[in-house]
Amino acid sequence: MQIFKYLRGVSLTLLVAALLSGCDAVVMSPSGDVAVQQRDLLVWSTILMLLVIVPVIVLTLWFAWRYRASNTEATYKPDWTHSTVLELVIWAVPLLIIIALGAMTWVYTHKLDPYRPLDRIDASTPVPADLEPLTVEVVALDWKWLFIYPEQGIATVNELAAPVDHPIRFKITASTMMNSFFIPAMAGQIYAMAGMETKLHGVINEPGVYQGFSANYSGAGYSHMKFQFHGLSEADFQAWVDKNKASGNTLSREVYKELEVPSIKDPVTRYGSVDPTLYHAILNRCVDPGTVCMEDMMYHSGHGKQEASETGHDAHAGHAQHGGHHE
Amino acid sequence: MFENLDLTKLIFGRLTWDAIPFHDPIILATFAVVAVGGVAMLAALTRYKLWGYLWTEWFTSIDHKKIGIMYIILGLVMLLRGFADAIMMRLQQAMAFGDNMGYLPPDHYDQIFTAHGVIMIFFVAMPLVTGIMNYLIPLQIGTRDVAFPFLNNFSFWMTAGGAALMMMSLFVGEFAKTGWLAYPPLSGILQSPGVGVDYYIWSLQIAGVGTLLSGINLLVTIVKMRAPGMSLMKMPVFTWTSLCTNVLIVAAFPVLTAVLGMLTMDRYLGTAFFTNDMGGNAMMYVNLIWIWGHPEVYILILPVFGIFSEIVATYSRKPLFGYTSMVYATVVITVLSYLVWLHHFFTMGSGASVNSFFGITTMIISIPTGAKIFNWLFTMFRGRIKFDVPMLWTVGFMVTFVIGGMTGVLLAVPPVDFVLHNSLFLIAHFHNVIIGGVLFGLFAGITYWFPKATGYKLDEFWGKMSFWFWLIGFYFAFMPLYVLGLMGVTRRVSHFEDQSLQIWFQIAAFGAVLIAVGIAAFVIQLVVSFKRREALKDETGDPWDGRTLEWSTSSPPPPYNFAFTPRVHDLDAWWQMKQHGFKRPESGFIPIHMPKGTWAGVVLSAISVACGFALIWHMWLAAAVTFVALIGTAIYHTFNYDRDYYIPAEEVERIEAERTKVLANV
Repeated sequence: MQIFKYLRGVSLTLLVAALLSGCDAVVMSPSGDVAVQQRDLLVWSTILMLLVIVPVIVLTLWFAWRYRASNTEATYKPDWTHSTVLELVIWAVPLLIIIALGAMTWVYTHKLDPYRPLDRIDASTPVPADLEPLTVEVVALDWKWLFIYPEQGIATVNELAAPVDHPIRFKITASTMMNSFFIPAMAGQIYAMAGMETKLHGVINEPGVYQGFSANYSGAGYSHMKFQFHGLSEADFQAWVDKNKASGNTLSREVYKELEVPSIKDPVTRYGSVDPTLYHAILNRCVDPGTVCMEDMMYHSGHGKQEASETGHDAHAGHAQHGGHHE
Repeated sequence: MFENLDLTKLIFGRLTWDAIPFHDPIILATFAVVAVGGVAMLAALTRYKLWGYLWTEWFTSIDHKKIGIMYIILGLVMLLRGFADAIMMRLQQAMAFGDNMGYLPPDHYDQIFTAHGVIMIFFVAMPLVTGIMNYLIPLQIGTRDVAFPFLNNFSFWMTAGGAALMMMSLFVGEFAKTGWLAYPPLSGILQSPGVGVDYYIWSLQIAGVGTLLSGINLLVTIVKMRAPGMSLMKMPVFTWTSLCTNVLIVAAFPVLTAVLGMLTMDRYLGTAFFTNDMGGNAMMYVNLIWIWGHPEVYILILPVFGIFSEIVATYSRKPLFGYTSMVYATVVITVLSYLVWLHHFFTMGSGASVNSFFGITTMIISIPTGAKIFNWLFTMFRGRIKFDVPMLWTVGFMVTFVIGGMTGVLLAVPPVDFVLHNSLFLIAHFHNVIIGGVLFGLFAGITYWFPKATGYKLDEFWGKMSFWFWLIGFYFAFMPLYVLGLMGVTRRVSHFEDQSLQIWFQIAAFGAVLIAVGIAAFVIQLVVSFKRREALKDETGDPWDGRTLEWSTSSPPPPYNFAFTPRVHDLDAWWQMKQHGFKRPESGFIPIHMPKGTWAGVVLSAISVACGFALIWHMWLAAAVTFVALIGTAIYHTFNYDRDYYIPAEEVERIEAERTKVLANV
C-alpha cells in the first residue's frame, strides 16, 4: 500500500508543479481577462470537488489497510449491508457539491458566453461607454488563418494583432474543414465552421506575443496551423496597421481563391486592402462569380425566386445561419 | 482494349497494386511479422490437426461460454494492435520537436491515432465487455444459454469480421485519417476521397450488427430467462449493470448505424446530409454521433461497475453495501447518459443556456457514480479484505477513477471546457476513466472468473507484476498529459516547436513503456498459468468462496451449466445456499434440451466482410454478388431444422457423478 501513497504523492506533485510553473502553463496564468476568469473557475471547481475526492481516496487507502484480512483486531461485521444514515450522507454530500457547482456553472456559462460582448476590461475596469470593440473576421483555411480587419481595411495570414485592453469581437468561419480558433492566453476556443459564423469576445491585458492555433484536428496540415497573436499598445497597433497597408497587396476574390488552396506552413502575408464583400462571400460560400450565396438561396427559395447575388445585402449581412428565419 | 479496361474496373474497382504500401518500411515490417506469425500458426494448427477441433468445438459452437471466451481472445489480440499504435504515437510525440520531424509523416501518424481510437473502443473494450457478459450472464441467472444461441454466434463473428476488415486496411490501402469519430467535412468525399473512411464505415457497420444483435440477445436473456425466484431486485449486481448496458446498446447503436449510413450516402451517392454545400450541415453529424457516443462510454463502464461490485463483496467477505442504492444509481446513470451528449462540443457555439443545461446534467451523473464509489468503500468497511489480484485492481481503480471523475466534472463546466477542450487534458481525462475504470475492471474480471472458465487460477506473481506496471505506467503516461493540457497543448499534433514541452512527452513515453511491461506480464501470466495448470487447479468450482450462482457449477461448467435449474430465494443466491447447507442433487436427472452448433455465423460474417471489402474498393460486381449471397445464405439457413439435440440423462448423470467424486476429494 505504500506504493499507492507514493503514487498519489507523485501525481499531486506533478499537478502542483504544473500549477505553479506559471510561465509554462498558459491556461493557469493567462494574460486576457476572459481566460483569467476561466482559470479562476477551473481552480474553484477543482477545490470544490477535492472536498469529496480527497476524503474518498484517503478512506479507500485507509479501509484497504485497516480491514486487510491479516488484521484480526479490526471489527468484522459480515452481515452489515445497510445504513440509512450513511446512504443519506453519500447521496447528499455529492448532491450539495453539485448544487453549488451547478449554480456556479449556470452563472459563469452565461457571464463568459463567447457570444456576449464584454462588459469589463479586467477585474477592476468596466468597458468605457464610448469604446467600440475591434472587429476581426477570422477565416480558418486549409491550413492557415486569414484575419480580416474590416474597420481598418486590411488583412493578414497567420498573424493577428490587437491593442491591449481593447475588447475584440471575432467573427469566425472556415473555408472547408472544421477547426477551432484558440488563443489560450486570451480566451477559450470556439469552432470555425464553413458556411456558419461563430463569435468570440475577448481582450488581451498585457503586451506580448502569444500563441494561437487550431485546436480541432482538420487533416494533414493541422499540426502547423499556428499563428502569433501580438498584444500591442494603441500606438504600436496603429503602426502595425500601417505596416500592413504599406505592403501594397490587395486581397481580392481572385487572390483569395489562390490563398484558399490547401497549403502547409505558410509565411505571414499582409494585405493593405481587402474586397469589403469578401468575408460575407466566404461565409455564404459564394466567392466564385456566379454562385448563389447561401443566405440568398434560403431567402429567395421561400419566395419562389432564384436570383444570383454576388454582393452582400446589408439588411441581413453575415448571418448565413439566419437565412432560414426570413419569411 | 477499352472493354478490357472496363472489365478490370468492374472486378477490381479502384484496387490496384498502388494500394499495397510497399513504400512504408514500418508497415512492410509489420506485415512480415504478421505473415510469418500467421503462417506459423496455421502450420501449427495443421500439424497438430486442430482444424476440426476448432471448427466443431469453437467456431461453430453456440455455447455462450465458448463464444464469451472467443470474444475475450479477440479483445486481447486487438489490444496488442491498439497498444502498438499507442506506443508509436508516444514515440513520435517524444521525438518530433523543432527540426526533428519524428519518424512518422502526418499521413501515417493521422491513420495511427484514428486506428488507435477505433480499435480500443470497438475492438478491445467492446469485445472484452461483451465477452464477459456473454460468459457470465447465463451462469449468474441460472440458465443454460442465452435466449437466441445462434444469434450469439453470429454476433461474435460479425464483430470479428469488422475487426478483420479493419486489420486489412493496414496492408491493403489505408485507414481513415479523420480521428476516431470521423467528423465531416473532413470525412466527406471531397476532403477524404481515399478508401480510409470507407474502411472505417464498413468495419464499424459490420461490427455494429454484431453489437446490436448481442445487445438484444442479452437483454432478452436477462428479462426472460432468470431462474425461478430471481426477481429483479434479487439479481446479482453484475447482471443488473449488464441489463442497463444492453438497454443502452439497443437504444444507442441504431443511431450509430444511421449516422454512418448517412455519411455513406454522402460519400457514395452524392447526398448532402453533412456536406458544407447543398444545405448539408456537419453539426448534425457531430450531434448524432455523440448521441450514440456518450451512451457508449456508459455501455463500457456499467458492466465494469458490476464486476467491481462482485469482486469487492467477495474479497471483503461481506455482501455489497447498499445493493438497492447501487441498482438505482445504475438506472439513473442509464437514463442520464442520454441527456449529456452536447458536453462533447460546448465549443460549437450553442447558447449559454443550452451549454449550462448539458453541463449540469453531466455533473448530476457524478452523484450516482459517487454513490457507487461510497458503496464499494463501505463494503470494504468492517470487512476481511483479501488482496488477491482482482482486489488490487479494484483498489487501484477506486483511487484512479475518482481523479478521472473529478477532471471529467471539471470539463463539464462549459467556460472551463473552452480552455481545455481538445487539449491533452481531455485525453488524460478519458484515458483516466477508460484505463483506470474499464480496463482495470476488465483485468480484474478476467482474473476473477478465469478459474471458472478454465478450471485453474491465474498465476499470482505475474498478475501482481502486471497490475503494478499497469498502475504505475498509467500515472507516468497520463499525468504529464494533464500538465500539457494546462499548457495549452492540443491533441492529434504530430510535431511541436516548443522544446520545453518535450520532457513531459518523454515522461509519458516512459509510462507507455511501463504499460508495455504490464501487458507483457499479463501475457506471461497466461503462459505460466497454463504451464502450471495442475498446481493452480481449482476443483471446487468456487475458488474465492463466491456469492453468486456461477460459483455453484464446476470449473469449467458442463455444457448445460446446471443439471437442474436452481431456485433462488435471496440475493447472493449461492452464498445463501452454502449457508443453508445446500446439497447437490445426485440423482433424478432428465435429458437436457440443447441448441446445436452451426456453420451459418462464420459463413455469413465472411460474406459480409467480402461485401464490405468490395464496397470499399468500389468493386460493384463483387459487391452485388456477395450481397445476394448474404441474403441467400441467411434465407437458406432459416430452412435448417437440425438445430437442437438432447444430452441424454445417462450422460448428465455421468458428468455429475464425476463431479461428485472430485468434490469428495477436495
